[in-house]
Amino acid sequence: MAPKLPRLEPDTAFFWTSGADGRLRIQRCADCGQWQHPPLPRCASCGSEAVSPEPVSGRGRIASYTVNREAWLPDMAVPFVFAAVELAEQAGLYVFTNLKAPIEEARRGLPVTVAFEQQDDVWLPMFRPEAS
Amino acid sequence: MIPLPEKSVCITGAAQSEVARPSQRSALQLTADACLAAIADAGLSVAEIDGIATYPGKSAEGGGIAPVSPSEAAEVLGITPRWILASSEGFSHMAPIFNAVTAIACGLARHVVVFRTVAQASARRQARASTLLSGGRDRVEGNNAWTVPFGAVSPVNTFALYAQAYFDRYGADEAQLGAIAVTSRAHAALNPAAIYREPITLDDYLASRVVSSPLRLYDCDAHVDGATALVLSHRDAAADLRNPPLHVEAMGMAVGGLWTGRHEGDFTSLPAAHRAGEMLWSRTDLTPDRIDCAQIYDGFSIFVWLWLEALGLVPSGEACRFTEGGSRIGLGGELPLNTGGGQLSAGRLHGYGHIHEACVQLWQRGGKRQVAGARNAIVSNGGYGYGAMLLRRD
Repeated sequence: MAPKLPRLEPDTAFFWTSGADGRLRIQRCADCGQWQHPPLPRCASCGSEAVSPEPVSGRGRIASYTVNREAWLPDMAVPFVFAAVELAEQAGLYVFTNLKAPIEEARRGLPVTVAFEQQDDVWLPMFRPEAS
Repeated sequence: MIPLPEKSVCITGAAQSEVARPSQRSALQLTADACLAAIADAGLSVAEIDGIATYPGKSAEGGGIAPVSPSEAAEVLGITPRWILASSEGFSHMAPIFNAVTAIACGLARHVVVFRTVAQASARRQARASTLLSGGRDRVEGNNAWTVPFGAVSPVNTFALYAQAYFDRYGADEAQLGAIAVTSRAHAALNPAAIYREPITLDDYLASRVVSSPLRLYDCDAHVDGATALVLSHRDAAADLRNPPLHVEAMGMAVGGLWTGRHEGDFTSLPAAHRAGEMLWSRTDLTPDRIDCAQIYDGFSIFVWLWLEALGLVPSGEACRFTEGGSRIGLGGELPLNTGGGQLSAGRLHGYGHIHEACVQLWQRGGKRQVAGARNAIVSNGGYGYGAMLLRRD
């Protein structure tokens, strides 16, 4: 269980509901091709308003991670791995997530793939080690 | 060319209220205690103060992070301000200082009191519901929405990512990081106002519990109740006051990266903090080798490495070896660091403890922790927005 779910806001709802069809989506600029996350009403690179969600491969690598051992909330199960994943589509394109694997498997550079967890109307993009 | 505004502005007074965990005094009382003491320290009367500013203003949210507005502080102090500011965004908690500098340089005010009050110790004893630490099923929004659903409820989780990436890239280890907490505590032992003064050893550090790897309990600062106040004055009005004026030799500021949720770089540096550092050094003839003490933001210990490198005090990737063993950052070292104990041991005054300590050192009030002959101090502030100042005494 996630401790708290994200509010579905107009600019971000697509990201949190994208997993309904099993695919992760990230905002992309149709004019210059740049991906950006978190989403914005215009492209941070070229200024175009032609930005919209596009499916990504769901693959990436662990850019960094931490093993959280503090139970911040009464029903929080610890330890768990909190990580930043750099998506395969673009250097520096990060999403935060949990690594769904034993904590000792966490390492920088680990290839991972998305694995959604649905809670209510939210599909949380979790990641697990890519099958070798 | 427009003259640099900070060259017209000095710090003329500085003071702190009681700092406690918790304090029996209200946030507004603590604010008045600090402001009145700072005004008296400058040798001014309340009637001579014509500006007031704070970070961030007043909010019911955040568990005591924003308990006092500048308007109510002005009322309690008896100030009739011509210039007032609550700065809730921007260049770390230094933003109201930078704005006060520009207001003074432009002639909008002559003597400005800038305060920062925190009441996080009291707030968390009363109710965790004012923070993210409640068990309710309410939803999170804004930047918190990107991290909290994954259990990263505390900023320690985000900054642990930086610590781990730094460890991996530069081959740093726990002992090198732990030297910051150990050295800070040794300095706090010489600071009567610090909240944690019992010395700790590296073994104590390594035995402390891991909160979010690789960061341990002693890598995290501590909630307190307390207020810090500074008086900033125009240079022309500073010469005849009680203290030797502390010139704001240079200031640097930047936002980006974490502030917007859009990460820059590879988690081994804070690129926006580097921009603040570049701005700072572009506005002075002083150079890093002239710095007598460094008061570096340490909400988490890892910030110290990131800021030392961002400010060019240590080459990138070298901060871990610089802090190792603690001798170079101790009081007799080449760069005495967080000489009052920093936030790790003197309490989370949100950067203002660091500024206050820089003033203490430059005014030679450090007692047993005094850095002999300190003339130039550098101060940095912030983990999400970034500000840095160079203070100089003639």
